Amino acid sequence: MAEEKEPAVTQGMRPGFALRSIMRAQEFGVFLILAAMVLFLSVFTNTFFKSTNIFNILRAFSWVAISAFGECMVIITGGIDLSVGSVMGFSGLIAGMLLRASVNAPLAVAGGLAAGIVIGLLNGLMVTKARLPPFIATLGMLLMARGLCYGLTGGWPVQDLPQGFRNLGQFDIPFLGAGIPLPLVFVVVFGVVMAMFLKRTVWGYRIYAVGGNEVASGLSGISTDRVKIMVYILCAFLTAVGGILMTARLGVAAPTAASGYELDVIAAAVVGGTSLAGGEGTILGVLIGAAIMQVLRTGLVLIGVSAYWLQAVQGLVIVVAIMLDQLRKRQR
Amino acid sequence: MSSEGVPFLHMEGISKSFPGVRALDSVDLKVSAGEVLALVGENGAGKSTLMKILSGAHRKDAGRILLDGKVVEIENPHQAQRLGIAIIYQEFNLTRNQTVAANIFIAREPRVRGLGGWLGFVDRVSMEREASRVLERIHAKIPPAVKVRDLSVAQQQMVEIAKAIAVEAKILIMDEPTAALGENETDVLFETVRGLKAQGIAIIFITHRLEEMFHIADRVVVLRDGQFVGELPMAEATAERVVQMMVGRSLQEVFRKEKAEIAEPVLEVRALTRRGAVEDVSFTLRRGEILGFAGLVGAGRTETARLLFGADKRDSGEILLEGKPLTVASPTEAVRAGIGLVPEDRGLQGLVLKLPVLENIVLATLPRHSEAGWMNRTQMAQTARSFVDRLSIRTPHLRQKAMLLSGGNQQKVVLAKWLASKPKVLIMDEPTRGIDVGAKAEVHALMSQLARSGIGIIMISSELPEIMAMSDRIVVMHEGRIAAILDRSQATQELVMAYASGQRKG
Repeated sequence: MAEEKEPAVTQGMRPGFALRSIMRAQEFGVFLILAAMVLFLSVFTNTFFKSTNIFNILRAFSWVAISAFGECMVIITGGIDLSVGSVMGFSGLIAGMLLRASVNAPLAVAGGLAAGIVIGLLNGLMVTKARLPPFIATLGMLLMARGLCYGLTGGWPVQDLPQGFRNLGQFDIPFLGAGIPLPLVFVVVFGVVMAMFLKRTVWGYRIYAVGGNEVASGLSGISTDRVKIMVYILCAFLTAVGGILMTARLGVAAPTAASGYELDVIAAAVVGGTSLAGGEGTILGVLIGAAIMQVLRTGLVLIGVSAYWLQAVQGLVIVVAIMLDQLRKRQR
Repeated sequence: MSSEGVPFLHMEGISKSFPGVRALDSVDLKVSAGEVLALVGENGAGKSTLMKILSGAHRKDAGRILLDGKVVEIENPHQAQRLGIAIIYQEFNLTRNQTVAANIFIAREPRVRGLGGWLGFVDRVSMEREASRVLERIHAKIPPAVKVRDLSVAQQQMVEIAKAIAVEAKILIMDEPTAALGENETDVLFETVRGLKAQGIAIIFITHRLEEMFHIADRVVVLRDGQFVGELPMAEATAERVVQMMVGRSLQEVFRKEKAEIAEPVLEVRALTRRGAVEDVSFTLRRGEILGFAGLVGAGRTETARLLFGADKRDSGEILLEGKPLTVASPTEAVRAGIGLVPEDRGLQGLVLKLPVLENIVLATLPRHSEAGWMNRTQMAQTARSFVDRLSIRTPHLRQKAMLLSGGNQQKVVLAKWLASKPKVLIMDEPTRGIDVGAKAEVHALMSQLARSGIGIIMISSELPEIMAMSDRIVVMHEGRIAAILDRSQATQELVMAYASGQRKG
């Protein structure tokens, strides 16, 4: 599998013929990887390209992708948010508990989102005002938020969530004989909004500026602390959106939900070309990165790779993707 | 525009001290609108500190600043900007992954009209149009939508200038703007500076290249040891006179060299070249000799040292240690062969700041203090103790972290590390930069002691008095090449400076 992909990748990394501007785009390399994977799976399995399967893949990647949009912004400022897995579980759990307390669905969702925003604010304050390294601050938050999940539930899942809420994750919009999962619509909407936010608004410019050169940004009058707090809040908010979609899809809010997802989210951002050194990254790239991780997961199962080998291959893909990205940068 | 008599900017009696150093001592500086002022002086003369006070990066201890006749307090960089003072540092303050336009309008991007603007949407069309307009004012042909990382250094500098112009700067400070530029690019820059001058902007130009100030400046101000030495209108200035003002002090008693016996060659360097940094450098170093390397910042001295130490790869040339060719592909190899390096930046390259004094002293001799891979702690402590006593390193105990020592004592720890490893050749890059006078004398005494024990020493220094006093011979570098190798007896400060600044060719 890994050997199959490499030729396609190296070709994409060496622009030398037409369409140079497209090829030079940050996203082009990862896009080629994704295309190669999809092509391979369509040819060598007869189940992959069925609409039900495609949409199942897309539904399952929704929450990771939406959270990765936020993670991407944090990483662009030169930080990292390790708490996203816990935040995803926590926000879904809060929404679930509110529902069980007979709060109506919109309010319960708002409650879940608010829980996310509060955690994001705390992350931001720890990083800026308390001057904690982002790795440490959000590692602490990872444990605290997960601990709250266990503490609030005593370890038991919150079950029997109302159908109105579950539709958020389970409803399919009829379209040309197929059903488009509602979470996918959320991915597209948030993707477009966040891409516009990053590339077109004053705030987006500041995010790139702070990540690119924090000293210069500060000297130019940008409040770097405010920008950082903002990205941690946005990241946690988007993660909470993902958490609620996930909970609605599963119909259960388990205290263990989304454990370890921070690695999928960070991997999606990084495979999608977000530079851990800060200053670089795009929403489109992250979207492709999230898709690669999900196609990989499903694809390996389809071609008969034992689930026990999954993580090893995922790890390999992450490392190879970053190495290629480094190569591309050195060539510049 | 102000008339001749009333300066636009007047800095009066500016003083500034840092722990252990008096960086500025009651310095005066005046600039008129539309004037280009060259600010010169040796390293450590206080030029940068003075400019950092003007641009709000440092606060002054005493003195006052008048702008257009009014007293102003400059408390931070932001305030300096609002007063119309812009500074371009040698290290550019640009965000490399953003476009030229975004950099010029950083933190004040124009927004679109109406709801979009309220939502924070940037008006990229007008931002790029405005950026083009600013770039046109300085005749820079740079497309505003290009990312900064894709620009040459000269173009990046133009973006910095455009950034300053865009905020309507009235005073533009340029710190060694030509350091990274080629000849043609320098001409373009000067053309731009003349354009700004014609627009009534006051320009303060810090430079090490003396020939440049004759091309561009109206007046020159010389600082030395944090003091104002004098000023000259360019018409009356000559290179000799300015150099004399820069170095004018007599040799201080601080620098006392003891005689060492100079024996056979230990290091021979032939036609050493690394393209773009070091060209055709050849010299011989003898046992017991201190070979001083003089030159301006960027003349290729540190780069030569890095080649000798294996930190960079050479493109061509030969290095012979005790007559045998040496590959030095890495610093590890250099240390094993017997070459030590006391780097310019102690904290970053010379010491492990978070480790105790003891570990730092034995860092280059770990194998000798171990048996079968196990460290012999008693032996380590003995070695460290003996050096702490011998060099009188002031530390409460051997377990003190290196970061808690003073600069002079830190430097002595670095020296102890190399003394313990008994090298054949020791390269010292700015061995006394940033340490106080007393510690300086001790470091110099140690250097003499090392030389007497038969080590060949290469000493890179930007302090002329140090070079003059400590060297047996002086290698003067200019733009990557050796301009002259002078004997102790024939060298004068003026002669060294003339070769270093390119006034005299070798």
